[in-house]
Amino acid sequence: MSEGPERIPIRSDLDVVAARQTGRALAARLGFSDVEQTMIATAISELARNILLYAQRGEITVDFAQKDRSKGICIVATDAGPGIPDIEKALQEGYSSSYGLGMGLPGTRRLVDDFEIRSEPGKGTTVMARKWLH
Amino acid sequence: MQVPVLKQREYLIASIQAALTDTDLLKLRDDLAAQAGRYRSRGVIIDVTLLDVLDSFAARTLRGIVHMLKLRGAVTVVVGIPPEVAFAMVQLGMTLEEVSTALDLEEGLAFLDAHTRGDYVRRS
Repeated sequence: MSEGPERIPIRSDLDVVAARQTGRALAARLGFSDVEQTMIATAISELARNILLYAQRGEITVDFAQKDRSKGICIVATDAGPGIPDIEKALQEGYSSSYGLGMGLPGTRRLVDDFEIRSEPGKGTTVMARKWLH
Repeated sequence: MQVPVLKQREYLIASIQAALTDTDLLKLRDDLAAQAGRYRSRGVIIDVTLLDVLDSFAARTLRGIVHMLKLRGAVTVVVGIPPEVAFAMVQLGMTLEEVSTALDLEEGLAFLDAHTRGDYVRRS
């Protein structure tokens, strides 16, 4: 299956919905269960929301993923915002943005299997999340 | 997409029909605040059966709506959280504490009947 990545620019709350719907549709095509599709859509929603909140604009990419014999979905959220000064701290439970419920990155990480953040203060943030078909 | 709000006896019923943007959710909050006053509603049901995702913003906004309606004298119950949405919320670590929930519309109506009638007796 190689449809190529689907890119969704994130500039407004409408795009948050578009991103999670695109992700859910791809997850459904890949064979994820209803529960997993909702977990993927929720993770995308939170990542897109972070982009709007901290960087105002950015992009979500969803794509087919493969590693060894595992197949799954890969979600990449990128922005050129202020970056995360302390990633360790941002991943701690209870460390919250002022706006959310404090779920932020730690909560999103629990919805997926692999989760990586790269961030450079002043340059932006890239979050990569992958979930595998079991 | 706007959420239709129906008036049924002394209750308001808001049935979310599809995925909602943040703007739609805030509009629903404002609509419910206005209509609860206009119709002197004692109870409000928010049906989220068709909502695709309840992320942190949606949960926070729902809690806000419930608190606000309580201050306006109405009891609110959220009904129809789909099982997969409930599961994702638990994984995300999100709670709807202080928000009353019921399985579906029928249970929600029963909940409001039980919780607004006593209130009515006390007041009269």
